[in-house]
Amino acid sequence: MTTWPILSVTTFLPLVGALIVYLSRGDDEAARRNARWIALWTTLITFAVSVILVMRFDPSSADFQFVEKANWLATGITYHMGVDGISLPLVILTTAIMPFCIIASWKAITNRVREYMMAFLILETLMIGTFSALDLVLFYLFFEGGLIPMFLIIGVWGGPRRVYASFKFFLYTLLGSVLMLLAIMALYWNGGTTDIPTLMHTAVPRSLQTWAWLAFFASFAVKMPMWPVHTWLPDAHVEAPTAGSVVLAAILLKMGGYGFLRFSLPMFPLASHDFAPLIFTLSAIAIIYTSLVALMQEDMKKLIAYSSVAHMGFVTMGIFAGTMQGVAGGMFQMISHGIVSGALFLCVGIVYDRLHTREIAAYGGLVNRMPLYALTFMVFTMANVGLPGTSGFVGEFMTLLGTFKVSIPTAFFATTGVILSACYALWLYRKVVFGALVKPSLTSMKDLTFRECVTLFPLIALTILFGVYPKPVLDMSAVSVQQLVNNYNTAVTAVKAAALLQ
Amino acid sequence: MVQAIVFLPLLGAILAGLIALFGAHARNPSGDAVEHHGDHGHGDAHASAAHDDHGHDDHAHDDHGPVEPPAAGSRGAELITTALLFVSAALSWMTLVDVGFMHHDMRIPLLPWILSGDLQVYWSLRVDTLTAVMLVVVTTVSSLVHLYSIGYMDEDPYRPRFFGYLSLFTFAMLMLVTADNLVQLFFGWEGVGLASYLLIGFWYQKPSANAAAIKAFVVNRVGDFGFALGIFAIFMLTSSTDFETIFHAAPSLTGKTIDFLGWHADALTLTCLLLFMGAMGKSAQFLLHTWLPDAMEGPTPVSALIHAATMVTAGVFMVARLSPLFELAPNAQAVVMFFGATTAFFAATIGLVQNDIKRIVAYSTCSQLGYMFVAMGAGAYSVGMFHLFTHAFFKALLFLGSGSVIYAMHHEQDIRNMGGLWRKIPYTYAVMVIGTLALTGFPLTAGYFSKDAIIESAYASHNPFAMYGFVMTVVAAGLTSFYSWRLIFKTFHGEPHDEHHYEAAHEAPLWILVPIGVLAVGSIVAGFPFKELFAGHGVEEFFRESVKMNPHIIEEMHHIPETIAFLPTVMMVLGFLVSYLFYIRRPYLPVELANTQPMLYQFLLNKWYFDELYDLIFVRPAKWIGYQLWKKGDGFIIDGLGPDGISARVLDVTRNVVKIQTGYLYHYAFAMLIGAAGLITWFMFGFGGQ
Repeated sequence: MTTWPILSVTTFLPLVGALIVYLSRGDDEAARRNARWIALWTTLITFAVSVILVMRFDPSSADFQFVEKANWLATGITYHMGVDGISLPLVILTTAIMPFCIIASWKAITNRVREYMMAFLILETLMIGTFSALDLVLFYLFFEGGLIPMFLIIGVWGGPRRVYASFKFFLYTLLGSVLMLLAIMALYWNGGTTDIPTLMHTAVPRSLQTWAWLAFFASFAVKMPMWPVHTWLPDAHVEAPTAGSVVLAAILLKMGGYGFLRFSLPMFPLASHDFAPLIFTLSAIAIIYTSLVALMQEDMKKLIAYSSVAHMGFVTMGIFAGTMQGVAGGMFQMISHGIVSGALFLCVGIVYDRLHTREIAAYGGLVNRMPLYALTFMVFTMANVGLPGTSGFVGEFMTLLGTFKVSIPTAFFATTGVILSACYALWLYRKVVFGALVKPSLTSMKDLTFRECVTLFPLIALTILFGVYPKPVLDMSAVSVQQLVNNYNTAVTAVKAAALLQ
Repeated sequence: MVQAIVFLPLLGAILAGLIALFGAHARNPSGDAVEHHGDHGHGDAHASAAHDDHGHDDHAHDDHGPVEPPAAGSRGAELITTALLFVSAALSWMTLVDVGFMHHDMRIPLLPWILSGDLQVYWSLRVDTLTAVMLVVVTTVSSLVHLYSIGYMDEDPYRPRFFGYLSLFTFAMLMLVTADNLVQLFFGWEGVGLASYLLIGFWYQKPSANAAAIKAFVVNRVGDFGFALGIFAIFMLTSSTDFETIFHAAPSLTGKTIDFLGWHADALTLTCLLLFMGAMGKSAQFLLHTWLPDAMEGPTPVSALIHAATMVTAGVFMVARLSPLFELAPNAQAVVMFFGATTAFFAATIGLVQNDIKRIVAYSTCSQLGYMFVAMGAGAYSVGMFHLFTHAFFKALLFLGSGSVIYAMHHEQDIRNMGGLWRKIPYTYAVMVIGTLALTGFPLTAGYFSKDAIIESAYASHNPFAMYGFVMTVVAAGLTSFYSWRLIFKTFHGEPHDEHHYEAAHEAPLWILVPIGVLAVGSIVAGFPFKELFAGHGVEEFFRESVKMNPHIIEEMHHIPETIAFLPTVMMVLGFLVSYLFYIRRPYLPVELANTQPMLYQFLLNKWYFDELYDLIFVRPAKWIGYQLWKKGDGFIIDGLGPDGISARVLDVTRNVVKIQTGYLYHYAFAMLIGAAGLITWFMFGFGGQ
């Protein structure tokens, strides 16, 4: 279909950029500036290439597209890349968010700029690779590889407790990964291949399904993160630099949801069906529990981190509902959350750059000095609350609608999230933005600069566009999701019918 | 034409918003440095911009405060939004004629919205008689409020933002009433909630305004929680959110049940109750009413538009719109009537003793909304809509008139500090009296026809709560008359209580007087000419398919005993006489009464202690649980057993391992032997079983 390996180019372009940054030596001001510009251009070009992907993508086919296959390691392990309607939106999300991260780090990062930019570019390659790998081993490499640059970003450029946070992050994620590696081996022994499309059509015995599902679940649940393995996230967010938080919230968390959609549901449908009540319970707990916790936070980033956990609860709930609206809604919620939570962390970063604190109590009355900021923050707060007309609504609504059909209690408890999210989000906004400007440290605050507007205004546009007209995203994934749902339901009904016959 | 009605206010909102934004930005320069420049190593072009702006910043700081000059283009923003609203209002009246009398119903698809599997939601505009009535109410009151605000807000430096919000609200409200499916209705529903939040908190420097704004949003969200679940339930039952499809499928749903946590609920009843929960939140019904009085923190024109005439009636509109469902769920109707009647009575009792002029009118609004729900519960949807229609005029009039009083008294709102004002502001006095006459149901005013019709419908209906509804509304009619006249007497009659303000009081400018004059005319004439269309034999012809009435209610309303029909008027006179006695003839009586009945007085003055109760049972526990979950749940249990615990254990283990390393070979050999034995056992039992 394509004449050049467009997917590999998208994946490895950032790596090339990182190499160029590495080659341009020196540590003076000029070298730093060069590193920033190279990183920015790399991410922009990568984004441009990924737009070609979108334009050439055929949304009416559920097959993998832009497929590349080459022999790689031993028999059965190949370099196999390709995207379908489930992975492509996430690829685009990645390439679209990265330029904002680079711009957001423009002034905030002043030491080891080259290394910082390299870490981000390498991370981008690994993230795109995760979403487009079609071989289990390749996937595992990308998936786990992403840990390292993120670990470094938190550990080197983070806040005061960065070492604790980065180790906590590493410990949690690694624990899940080890189990996933075992499951991957088990799948290889069962199917004789690590090729994902082949495995998707290979029947997996029921007992293996259960164990493999649990092993994959351990890894993805940590990434999502689901309750109760979420406690690494607030710490990681708080200590990470702004751009690190953005990537973490916008993209890394989506790897868990992607994993559920790519592996758990298609490969282990029976186990997924068996464990759905567990997921529902954990999701509902996550939504209520973390929303309540968010209510009491004193640190802006922690509050948004907890609200992220709550929002990812909607995703897991929707995915395992196994209905069209649930899965498509989960998919949409991931994209929407990527935009909105990323933007919220950018918003926090903007005031952090000025005042060097994230303490909510240190702020108040910013609207008197920063009207543009107030508007921007308001839009994203409302998107976080799930106001119709913003992208946040569409995802929440669809996941809840899809879940209601399957499990009314889950939908009931999850819907209380809409009340609680209004409480914590508006409370945060009121404490930070509204009120009289009385704190002396704030009187000389200035409004958004041009650079900051560049990072935020496109995200505002996307938030509202997808809230009013979500069709581009929904259409892109519709056919793939439909096939996924059909296969899942067929497998589940077949077993139920068999059980009836006995 | 309908597109123009709906989207002209949006255009106005965007333009006014841009003007506000540019003005605000010009006053508050950009820059990413605080105080000391150069410390953070700006290495590029933006640093210079920050330096340049430094001078401006000092300037902006000096004239901060109420003396701040208005943003550039304020007048432009006012005129643009107001003019667009008047165009919209003119078109709405034409639409009402076109749809109501010519029967040209419309459904205009605009854009696809959420399409996924069998969920097919489109942006589209639906105009039938029910919508057309709402269009007229919304755009008329909104355009008058815009005009009024030009005068009322003339000292506020943030006028463009205010007008932007007002127009945004109008747009959301129009989207709500023209919705063709539940999801778009929900969009408008939450959109008006957002606008209400922004407008209540318009004076964002006031902590009480911010608190009220959040309260309004959150309490509405509690209602929306039910609304959302109602939508999900409908979708589960009918696989659609379109009104046409739902109404078509509704008769086949009777007798179905929904299984919720082992409770087999009747599907239609449960769905209707969930949806009604949304209506209760938006229309400030009993239990979810606490936000409405606090919402008076917003500027007065906002109270008139949002918290009297339009947004709070959205719940009534919703029930009327979904009348084909409610007609099939008599139990749900009973609940609707119960809550409506309770609210009508309960809010009126609180209104008796309040002293803030706006809060009295707010409780009166709450009470009148209860009346409308009584009609909804009786199945007399058009009658409820009639009261909605007339109420919009006289309640907006009362609010805007109160605003005129407040304006004259330099932002004094306590009626205890007023008195004798009729000599100073006779025009305002006259329109306030007209509004009060209409509210209390003085014969031949607008409220007379609609309110009496509601009381009759309650009497005539076969609802289990019909008698309760009837008694409550009749009693509330007396209470309404009492507190309304109390307001008039304490404000305009008697001796001035604050000489300073009294002397300075003056009639408001024309911007303010013209809109209230128009509304005063509306309060008189909105009743009689529409009586047949809303509550008489013209209902069938006028509303047609847009509401599904209880088939017998109109007929039975016309055959109730004369004495019953006369009762509300008697109550109205009674309320007036008591009020006259208390506040004109014997002003010491209410004080004595309050002193002899301190419990009752405090109970009413503190609004039945609902705020305190909710704080005790919802707000504090939520915070306490949140704190416990955070510190104990996340910090102690999860982290303690998880990462922190593991790392601590690892340290313990290494410490102990160091101890076991004794250096004796047989120790190691023994350990190995035990290990091997354990492994073999595990294999034998673990894998042998398979």
